[in-house]
Amino acid sequence: MTDRIHDLYDELERHRVMLSFKGSLTPELITALLDMVERRMERIEVDPKARKRVFTVVIECLQNLYHHVDQDTAAPNGEKVHDPHGVVMIAQTDTGYSVITGNFMAGHEVDRLKQHLDRINSLGPDELRDLYRSRLSDGTYTASGGGGLGMIEIARKSGGKLEYGFVPYDKDSAFFSLNVNVTT
Amino acid sequence: MQPLQLEGSPKTPFVNFDPNTGFLELKGRSIPENSIDFYKPLIDWIDQYGRSPKPKTALHVQLEYFNTSSSKCILDVFKKLEMIRASGNEVSVLWHYEQDDEDMLEAGEDYAGIIKVPFRMIQIQEVNDQ
Repeated sequence: MTDRIHDLYDELERHRVMLSFKGSLTPELITALLDMVERRMERIEVDPKARKRVFTVVIECLQNLYHHVDQDTAAPNGEKVHDPHGVVMIAQTDTGYSVITGNFMAGHEVDRLKQHLDRINSLGPDELRDLYRSRLSDGTYTASGGGGLGMIEIARKSGGKLEYGFVPYDKDSAFFSLNVNVTT
Repeated sequence: MQPLQLEGSPKTPFVNFDPNTGFLELKGRSIPENSIDFYKPLIDWIDQYGRSPKPKTALHVQLEYFNTSSSKCILDVFKKLEMIRASGNEVSVLWHYEQDDEDMLEAGEDYAGIIKVPFRMIQIQEVNDQ
């Protein structure tokens, strides 16, 4: 195990990971992680617009993990978890930054999320702005208050396509992973 | 009616709503997980203020960041102002954005396109946290 933690460290260094976290998220922890990311970004990224875009994507991704984790989804050890359990990694890439998240979700919601993401990926910047506006003004709310704006906002700030995957876990749940590349 | 004053926090904006002058201010960051909880008192306050508003009401918005959880709540704040205007009062939103922050300017334009209240876009040097 001690060798493996060193391997893990090397791996994280090699991939220029500035933050990686796996576990349960609380609002307090999100505040602390955001603070860390913001300080780090101030040191390594000179362009304030790029900093803001990355920071906005990180906010939305972390809060997605917090809000959209299925409350009764099974954790890998088979126990039912009642907390927002997920994984997040933020790394520098050759073209900018990569914000990767993963979480368990209800299996029956996979198709709807996939359709939502495919639709977002089929749209250009102006169309994304139109979609954002119409969702903003349609008067509906989701439990988190955002009314389904999160992924649209993430795509707008990313400037690229959202990379995603679903791995079936058991009959009720799937593991959802999302990679957002923010080009700077 | 009492003013509504809230200190800013790492995730919530500084709020100063003054019923005696019609000067309302929202400044800083709005990135809480549960925005509805944060904005409900603000929306209720404007609702009550709207029953006997000042002839002129100006909301100054100067946000460095806001999350999508806040965006619908901010729209609800503007909708309350829209109602005050519809009953014959002068209402305006002054949307401040940092120089070069086109995204924040665009966000203001998005609201201005939805809400029937005059918006003024004001470019500033840098948003100071309160």
